[in-house]
Amino acid sequence: MSFTGINWFKYSSPQAFHPLAGRMIPWFSAAALVLIGVGLYIGFFVAPTDFQQGDAYRIIFVHVPAAWMSMFLYVIMAAWAGLGLGLNARPSFMMAQAIAPTGAMFTFLALLTGSMWGKPTWGAWWVWDARLTSELILLFQYIGIILLRASIDDLRRADRASAVFALVGVVNVPIIYFSVRWWNTLHQGASVSMTASPKMAATMVTAMLVMTLGFWMYSIAVTLARMRCVIVERERQPAWGKNASIQEVAEAR
Amino acid sequence: MSQPSMWEALRGVVRRDLLLAMRHRSDVAMSVFFVVIVASLFPLGVGPEPTVLRMIGPGVLWVTALLACLLSLGRLFTADYLDGVLEQMLLIPQPLVVLVVGKVFAHWVISGLPVVLLSPLLGLQFGLGGDSLGVLTLSLLLGTPTLSMIGAIGAALTLGLRGSGFLVALLVLPLFVPVLIFGAGAVTSSLAGIGSEANLSLLGACFLLSLAFAPWATAVALRIALE
Repeated sequence: MSFTGINWFKYSSPQAFHPLAGRMIPWFSAAALVLIGVGLYIGFFVAPTDFQQGDAYRIIFVHVPAAWMSMFLYVIMAAWAGLGLGLNARPSFMMAQAIAPTGAMFTFLALLTGSMWGKPTWGAWWVWDARLTSELILLFQYIGIILLRASIDDLRRADRASAVFALVGVVNVPIIYFSVRWWNTLHQGASVSMTASPKMAATMVTAMLVMTLGFWMYSIAVTLARMRCVIVERERQPAWGKNASIQEVAEAR
Repeated sequence: MSQPSMWEALRGVVRRDLLLAMRHRSDVAMSVFFVVIVASLFPLGVGPEPTVLRMIGPGVLWVTALLACLLSLGRLFTADYLDGVLEQMLLIPQPLVVLVVGKVFAHWVISGLPVVLLSPLLGLQFGLGGDSLGVLTLSLLLGTPTLSMIGAIGAALTLGLRGSGFLVALLVLPLFVPVLIFGAGAVTSSLAGIGSEANLSLLGACFLLSLAFAPWATAVALRIALE
């Protein structure tokens, strides 16, 4: 690495990434707290009441960002997994491993808030609608990835096998996203899109976007924290923590 | 000595697996009888009401076919893995995908095809008749190879793991869902008289999509499991 002044791969080494992640976590956590606080304030106190759904609609400020994050995080996890398979890079697999639980959490949150919204609005906690079903499958996929990794003892195989499964599961993401357009079902279509002007009040859109940004910051902070744990767990070596005794190192092996 | 072509290698794999299955005929019979017994349990459980049976019939038969495929996935690679044959097979000069396609095809002939052939009979148990029996058979004919291909990915990923039976179910069943929905949907819509073409086309799309990607994913997974 002598051809430029900057070593672009410096932080691809777990040893270098660990302290960097530690320095970044407080910033992202603070941003998450502020953004989620502001987003909830706008959502609950500033945004107008919906003329059809009353105040029950306000749960979308959690529901929609959570559902977006569940899909985004899956794609990002699969991208890291694919990068790991392509470049044979351990830190990429570690990233994929660190993202999975957060993605599963957001998927669960989206399903939970959706059913809390569905009860007053549709009159049912759960309907077998295309989008609900495909989101449920996404949750199963996250769980499958986590369990597959947990049941393989050999780390290298665990990384690569769960990466292959994550990549296979990407098929489901466009199905979730387009399910409301492909099938005419109960779940309403998208109210916010990149191309058309939103079909709702500006403050509602603001609240939703601020919440999404907040969830992003939260996801990054939590992923980095989990990444630190993964690194420490995997790199238990004498050169690390100089105060580790020989017995501890031997037990770790 | 010239190397066998890809086609010859494929034929060799299929022939070997079918021959092995014929030497253990009871294994094949077991998955067939599993389907028959499970399908017969439902009328006993929910009661013999003809309208109810006709309503749940397509779904029940499809779920049964799905479970039969799932239970037989253990046979796909495990025996060859345990006696070391699979490791030798990875060394063949032809692409590994050829081997995977051959093994999956043989798996379908052993576990999927009998279910397809038996399905009209099972459909009669549930009061399906005429067109919908044909649609049931056709949908299973299109759908069961897809199940075998998707299942092969799970079987390869969980090869030789503890508790792999449950794990493969957890991995593969969510991916089976689209096939189940379109397959059972085709029969249900033909019962309702609204035509089953849309669902059958989607089943065909699932088949082509998994034919394009699943064998490669399985080959990668096999290399990971055996390195």
